[in-house]
Amino acid sequence: MSDTVAPAPRPSRLRLLEPVTFLWIALIAALLVLVAGPLLKMLVVSFEMQETGEFTFQNYLTAYGRQRYLDALRNSLLLGLLSAAISTIIAVPMAWAVSRTDMPGKGFTWAMVLAAFIMPPYLGAIGWILLAGPNSGWINQVWRALSGAEAPLVNVYTFTGMAFVIALHSFPLVFIFVKSALDLISSEMEDAANILGGGTWTTMRRVTLPLVWPSILGGFILIFLETIALFGTPAIIGIPARINVVTTQLWQFFEDPVRVEVAAAYAIPLLLITVGLIGVQRLLLARKGFVSQTGKGGERREVKLGPWRWVLFGWCVLVAMLAVVKPLAVLLQASFAKAWGRGFSLDNLTLRNYQFLLFEHDMAPHATWNTVWFSAASATIAVVLALLVAYIVVRRLMRFGEALGFLAMAPFVIPGIVMAIGFYAAYAGPPVSLYGSALLIILAFAARFLPIAYANSQAAIRAVHPEMEEAARILGSGRLHAIRRVTAPLLKTSLLGGWLVVFIVASRELSAAIFLVGPRTRTMSVLLYDLTEQGNFEVVSAFGGILLVITMAIVGIGMKLVGRDFMLRRE
Amino acid sequence: MPRLVLSGLTKAYGRLTVVDKVDLTLEEGEFVSLLGPSGCGKTTTLRMIAGFVDPTGGTIAVDGSALSAPGAVVPPERRGMSMIFQSYAIWPNMTVEENVAFGLKLRKLPREEVKRRVAEMLGVVKLDKLAHRYPAELSGGQQQRVALARAIVVKPSVLLLDEPLSNLDANLREEMRFEIRRLHDEFRITTVYVTHDQAEAMATSDRIAVMNAGRIEQVDAPHLLYTRPRTRFVAGFVGRTNLLEARIEGGILVLDGVSLGPAGQAGLRDGPALISLRPQAMTIHDAPPAGDGLTLEATITERTYLGESWDYVVRPNGTNLKLRAAAAPLDAHEVGRKVWLVIDPRQVAVVE
Repeated sequence: MSDTVAPAPRPSRLRLLEPVTFLWIALIAALLVLVAGPLLKMLVVSFEMQETGEFTFQNYLTAYGRQRYLDALRNSLLLGLLSAAISTIIAVPMAWAVSRTDMPGKGFTWAMVLAAFIMPPYLGAIGWILLAGPNSGWINQVWRALSGAEAPLVNVYTFTGMAFVIALHSFPLVFIFVKSALDLISSEMEDAANILGGGTWTTMRRVTLPLVWPSILGGFILIFLETIALFGTPAIIGIPARINVVTTQLWQFFEDPVRVEVAAAYAIPLLLITVGLIGVQRLLLARKGFVSQTGKGGERREVKLGPWRWVLFGWCVLVAMLAVVKPLAVLLQASFAKAWGRGFSLDNLTLRNYQFLLFEHDMAPHATWNTVWFSAASATIAVVLALLVAYIVVRRLMRFGEALGFLAMAPFVIPGIVMAIGFYAAYAGPPVSLYGSALLIILAFAARFLPIAYANSQAAIRAVHPEMEEAARILGSGRLHAIRRVTAPLLKTSLLGGWLVVFIVASRELSAAIFLVGPRTRTMSVLLYDLTEQGNFEVVSAFGGILLVITMAIVGIGMKLVGRDFMLRRE
Repeated sequence: MPRLVLSGLTKAYGRLTVVDKVDLTLEEGEFVSLLGPSGCGKTTTLRMIAGFVDPTGGTIAVDGSALSAPGAVVPPERRGMSMIFQSYAIWPNMTVEENVAFGLKLRKLPREEVKRRVAEMLGVVKLDKLAHRYPAELSGGQQQRVALARAIVVKPSVLLLDEPLSNLDANLREEMRFEIRRLHDEFRITTVYVTHDQAEAMATSDRIAVMNAGRIEQVDAPHLLYTRPRTRFVAGFVGRTNLLEARIEGGILVLDGVSLGPAGQAGLRDGPALISLRPQAMTIHDAPPAGDGLTLEATITERTYLGESWDYVVRPNGTNLKLRAAAAPLDAHEVGRKVWLVIDPRQVAVVE
């Protein structure tokens, strides 16, 4: 090798300013528009008179001046507690069984948890109306036929009924939290208790569970917060049952005449509770010595349960039946039925509902298309933004990079419905007048799911050693070239995973969408809710079926390209 | 003209100075190691040479032109250097061949030349059969060779190595040590090698710069570093030693009243002095040795058998000194025995 080669070009000019500075400014601007702007505007509006813009406390007096409004707040808190409690009772034994024991059917349980997680909660609510409606619900029909009783056995249109339905679709969060904590505990922890004379039951109660207490509590808090911010189920079940909660009350403030300023004032406690509890949750999970972080190296063995494993398996099957199989079965039946109450007979079968929606309905095809492209656009915006911010923060390119990271994570503590009101207050009217436009919804979705994309990007970039890029640079490639040739190809798969997750959650999003859609920008979720109000459950079910098919196609693509549990990874 | 000159190179993070006015000059083709404990600033120095860390003060010049002065820094991609990283940083999305060709392609060489030189280089590092493999299919040693090939094939003005062997097991590390030296002898690329392993530095380097707390304590050829350490830190860090309080009286070293003969270094003033006495500078005898070397009567107080050698602790009679002395495996002496200790005065160094 005697060739001489010119070394890479020598310094022609010295570097004074990195282009990353300009990028940083652009990102700050984008995050201010997406996150800080709506929130601040909402806060300002809550102190303004609607017409004049004068400073006033009147909105708060209006928002809390009536017993009905205060009752809604109390109902929300109670509903949150009850749903979170039911979820925890459902999920903790399942998580323990899947993570630590020799229970059979773990794959089945996993699949059912994933299904319950993917199913939009309002679809579950509709399924449960068909199952447990007081008059014609399947369960009550069967009960009457068997017992001859008059009164219904179960009634979904009650407070507990509503909490139960919500819990059946939130419990996967607790499951994921607790299972991933249990996965970190080495069997030696339990062996140490066994050798001192503790049996399986004592060990589980005194050693294993206490180690994962923070995760249980963390999951409990998250479900509480999800529930008080949930719109779909309380609207579908609560409004007919005359149970008013904060979210449905906020919705009523948006009916003519729209009282944004009162809604804004009324939404503030929701925001404060969320911020406070997320803080509590972080503190709980950060307490060292409580959570066992050390066990990872240890050996893990399954606890032998003997006959009890069938009891646990029975529990998992029961949950799967209630959360997934039964609601899905009745929805499917209704979607192919002329009249769902007539049951499973051949002459009741029809494709009419699907045909009607796909070819004759004036809104459905359009709403379907809207959902797909809004979700795709917002997922793209969120992932690109999150990627750039995460890159700057993880690689420490800027001194105040963490400020960007903070803004990108901030929507995590903002309930979707509050975010929607903020977007409405800030951008619906003049000067930008985005009300009813696709852009408004896309931006709101992108902002709402930015934390998911950010957590994903951050983990992805952390996994790529900075030396990978430095190796390219020292050989003569500029930063951008190095990113394009080396970093980007390495990030591809995990970014795709993040994009798909955002797409899926955006495609079923209802609580934010319902405040922002205009006549031409209805999404499937909003249209589904509208159809529910009309009470035609066969068509509703068919539309839900279409939504599920789209979601499952995306989940399937994700599993194939990214990995089996890309949806359920804990961030 | 020297190839690489660092003068007054400094890096501070706030009030913490990690590299403190480092001066170092490398002639063309020279292989210099930066040796020191972790946290001594050696990696930061290397990354400043590469351009990944901006210095707070001082300059870096290659072939007489400044690459870095305060406030004006040439980015790494325009320095014409190459680097081997601790993690190897082999790109897992490219084959061995693509990894090695990366730098040549950036230099816009004709395609046939890229191909020919990559093939040649892979032959040199004995990877020609694995050219189309992906890095995940290679062993640690093979990945290391890819990193070497990728860095050398572009004929850099300066080659930088950042603890390149720390992720390999002991046997492989020894083999790669010689491989690195062999490649250096073949291509004569000016090289800066960062390591905390003195054996690695000794085996590969023309000169070693020992760093401590951000400063270079001594730059010397490996054998001089060992026999003539100039500071207490160097004496203690490179090999094992006995550090002893002695006095210089009229140019003669005196240890606890025993004369050790004239001090080797020039320019030493009379007064207290710290000396370094290597365990290998002493031999232990059962009987009074013949000849007129410097001999002390002493008693064995402790001993440890290490396989390759004995490690004795001896106390010269009439003193409270504890000296570590090394002896060959067959030179066994019982604890408590009276022995005669012969000191080689050429291996006694006065240190700061």
